[in-house]
Amino acid sequence: MTDVVATNQTILVVGGGISGMTAALEAAECGKDVILIEKNPSLGGRVSQLYKYFPKMCHPTCGMEINLRRIKANKRVRVMTMAEITQVTGEAGNYTVNLKLSPRYVNDNCTACGACKDAVEAEFDDEYNYGVMDSKRKGAYLPFFMAYPQHYVIDQRLIGTADADKAKAACQYEAIELDMPEQDLTLNVGAIVWATGWKPYDANKIQPYGYDRIPNVITSVELERMMDQMGPTGGKILRPSDGKEAKDIAFIQCAGSRDRNYLKHCSRICCTASLKQTTYVREQYGDDGKSTIYYIDIRAIDRFEDLYHKAKADETVHFIKSKVASITQDKATGNPILHGVDTEGYNRYSNPHDLVVLAIGMEPSVDFSQLDVNMTVNEHGFIENDPSNGGMFGAGVATDALDVNRAVQSATASALRAIQVVNQVAATQGG
Amino acid sequence: MSNPNTATVEKYRNNFLREVEANVEDGEWVKMCMQCGVCSGSCPLGPHWDHPPQEIFMMIRANQRDEVLGSSSMWFCTSCYNCIARCPRELPITHIMHGLAHYASKLGFVPKNQQTQKFAQRFWDNLYKKGRVNELKLGLSLYFMNGFAQGVKTSLKMQKVGLGMYKTKRMNPFEIFGGHSCKDSKGLQAALNKAREIEEAKAAKFQQA
Repeated sequence: MTDVVATNQTILVVGGGISGMTAALEAAECGKDVILIEKNPSLGGRVSQLYKYFPKMCHPTCGMEINLRRIKANKRVRVMTMAEITQVTGEAGNYTVNLKLSPRYVNDNCTACGACKDAVEAEFDDEYNYGVMDSKRKGAYLPFFMAYPQHYVIDQRLIGTADADKAKAACQYEAIELDMPEQDLTLNVGAIVWATGWKPYDANKIQPYGYDRIPNVITSVELERMMDQMGPTGGKILRPSDGKEAKDIAFIQCAGSRDRNYLKHCSRICCTASLKQTTYVREQYGDDGKSTIYYIDIRAIDRFEDLYHKAKADETVHFIKSKVASITQDKATGNPILHGVDTEGYNRYSNPHDLVVLAIGMEPSVDFSQLDVNMTVNEHGFIENDPSNGGMFGAGVATDALDVNRAVQSATASALRAIQVVNQVAATQGG
Repeated sequence: MSNPNTATVEKYRNNFLREVEANVEDGEWVKMCMQCGVCSGSCPLGPHWDHPPQEIFMMIRANQRDEVLGSSSMWFCTSCYNCIARCPRELPITHIMHGLAHYASKLGFVPKNQQTQKFAQRFWDNLYKKGRVNELKLGLSLYFMNGFAQGVKTSLKMQKVGLGMYKTKRMNPFEIFGGHSCKDSKGLQAALNKAREIEEAKAAKFQQA
């Protein structure tokens, strides 16, 4: 892992989600040397956790496959997973980056046969499934079926236990190295693209919605995992309280967004995401399903207006113009009851539903104020396109709340900016 | 108004919203409401009043002057501050409600037998005189607010409470003769009069504009 060659004509891309992969590939396909680092054991990011993405309602696995083929075909991209940046110093054209590489405990011999997984017993919360229905994964695991690199991971919490030795004994390819150390690495690069992405806003903070105390209140990202055929519910929308099918589903918009108590900004994707998720309900139940969207105003930007009109034309989809004030639970049925006053007639309502999906807001996954990197961010924590950032550029959702399409556009733009920086270096060095 | 463009705009300007902005405490916030309805849903007295806050704000913007000023809504506010705490846009809803109540009462729009208004007026008059609330006088004036017979009845009902307060020195019966005062009650009255003067000047300025 330490034989990484980097020069100040190399572009470092931080984050291996859809934006990072795009930025790395665009730069590499223009002939630049790129190092793509990802803190998780696999590339893919949050898009790989979606069931479908709008507007074409296709499966992200398809786009993932294309990007992985491009990465495998391109010798100029060097991928490093389980890598995190600890410090960045220097200036455009000459950055020194300190990295911490966490041990995977599995080397490149791994064939992803899964013998180690079968051998171990310890289970941990499955972060890939956002803990839906208390889903667990083994201590030796493949992050998800399309993971890249296609290598298993031994959970750090397994080291030193009998399970770790069982895993090692089960492996017939000598792929497991239980003494693999943590490494520190220093790279010299010319430009850095930060595609560090987003995380769902912590729903527990929206106290009146009871995410922490009402089992049948879930978030939009959890619903995506439920729809996955290979996911924790086998592709069914189930109620966490009793495992029954949820047919009457409420979507609450602006859950955490556009609210000075939580996130001030509009997360921009949640309206369209909920409109998309109403099609999941139809896909599962046909005319027997029922979706109700509680909203302040629907912000389906530009061509996504089509999705809104389609949803409005669907008789199983209902719209209530109101920000829900609070949610309580009916003890007998476990049904969440939504309370509020609507804005079209000012009617007071207390509506029970089978399941509530919070269209959760997006916040930047990296807090740059906590990181030893000199980065200019806006009041919401997103990276600014600011000259003071020198040769460092934000890409995708690290710069603003964006959908996949716009994140990819942003990533391509940032790749071009980074290319200009390393071209400058090449011009002065005669590269 | 010489510019014909300005004159046209002025004709269509929402006059009641302007009136509220000029005369009601924190009235300039009314236009910031985005009609999400969280205030109404969070109000503990919500089911009991004419119009919830978000509707009042919309009515102000829709120029429904008499309906707003004559409504019972703002008199139901108990200052629990739930709405302010939850409003996504930081509107000082409680303060606007009190401001509207004050303005409506000044213009004589208060609904008949509005108990909250009666109490508020007595409380104010009581405080204005001495700079301190005279609990005995305030209590008695409230008991007799709805007639002599009702007053006697309530007084008898509250007898025990009164005696208890007396014994624990929470209430002094001699307060009935004037009662205690702040250090400079005349000075306080002068300050309050000046505040009213400023408020009225502001309203007059709006009337002229």
